[in-house]
Amino acid sequence: MVTALANDNDLRQRAWDAAAQVVDPEIPVLTIADLGVLRDVQVHDGRIEVAITPTYSGCPAMNMITLEIELALERAGFARPTVRTILSPAWTTDWMSEGGRNKLREYGIAPPQASSSRRALFGEQQVACPQCGSTNTEVLSEFGSTSCKALWRCKSCREPFDYFKCH
Amino acid sequence: MATASIKVSETPLVLYTLRRADDALILGHRLSEWCGHAPMLEEDMALANMGLDLLGQARELYSYAAKVEAKGNDEDKFAYLRDVRQYRNLLLLEQPNGDFARTMVRQFFYSVFADLYWRAMMKSDDPTLAAIAAKSEKESAYHVRHCSEWIVRLGDGTEESHRRVQTAIDDLWAFTGEMFAVDDSERGLIDAGIATDPAGLRTQWLKTVSDVVDEATLALPKNDWMQQGGRSGHHSEHLGHLLSELQSLQRTFPGATW
Repeated sequence: MVTALANDNDLRQRAWDAAAQVVDPEIPVLTIADLGVLRDVQVHDGRIEVAITPTYSGCPAMNMITLEIELALERAGFARPTVRTILSPAWTTDWMSEGGRNKLREYGIAPPQASSSRRALFGEQQVACPQCGSTNTEVLSEFGSTSCKALWRCKSCREPFDYFKCH
Repeated sequence: MATASIKVSETPLVLYTLRRADDALILGHRLSEWCGHAPMLEEDMALANMGLDLLGQARELYSYAAKVEAKGNDEDKFAYLRDVRQYRNLLLLEQPNGDFARTMVRQFFYSVFADLYWRAMMKSDDPTLAAIAAKSEKESAYHVRHCSEWIVRLGDGTEESHRRVQTAIDDLWAFTGEMFAVDDSERGLIDAGIATDPAGLRTQWLKTVSDVVDEATLALPKNDWMQQGGRSGHHSEHLGHLLSELQSLQRTFPGATW
């Protein structure tokens, strides 16, 4: 019994490591672990079940992410893994890791503000330009190239940039 | 129509969930009709994004209705294989896009309601509906902000934009009462703590709508006669045409996937 449990823990860790490598197809610098989309990995009779949570209701990347997780686990030697979606508690940008926020910034996307309060939802926000760091920025459009991003412009360096919206 | 419509066991919770799913799907489809036709690129993206949010909400709600019903239906069957009389959405949401002002007024009336509704539903005793609500209320907040800005810009804009947005308000006003209506099947869910009573949202809805309309130098109609029917499947002539487009592929090539 003890051996079986230890074995399960080992399997679980290996499965987690494999699943955690999957990247968001729309923001390929972020893994699903960075995003906080990867919620849980469980072992049932040697079979792996991964739980993920959707970022935005209509995020078209979720189907792709599910497929990528299954492929990653099969490549790591796990037969017929399953991926389950959990809705509660609802994902928020607060779950994005600090490493994830830094990777976003380096990629040229301004990371979401730390706390997704309703104040941020209602536009009282100061977003730093990911290129030059200036906070002299303005919003061009609340809705950007994907459902998770808005379009902003830096008034100091004049570069337009994507901002990962607070949710 | 090559494929027969499905049968749905409309227990109160299934019916309740389908009504909200149909709201999201039908309005989301209307917004998708703007894709490539909006007045400017940013607005094209905004309308498509809002449509995508609604489509996502619809999928989660349909999936939950299917799980509760447990009769082998799924999100696709609900969307593609129900006839017009089986649809339960608000009449407001199936109204044609018309001009840009009309689309914004329809979105504005509904989004202000949806934002209050989903926030109230976060306290539902049904954990799945509460979880869907927690996601949807954030999305609704963006929609409210977006269309409120447009109502002000159009109302306090040119003579023509003012006239168009006022006409849209006058024409769509009679469809807003249905958002607050409750029938016996919903009354039971409200008493059980699963649904929220929409009557309790009306004062705040009217205040938010009035504030924006005032700022936009527009006026709400004095006429309070309200048209209902969508919740029980009595639709305007527009929904059948919408569904014929939405469902044409699945009705013509049953079970087609890609």
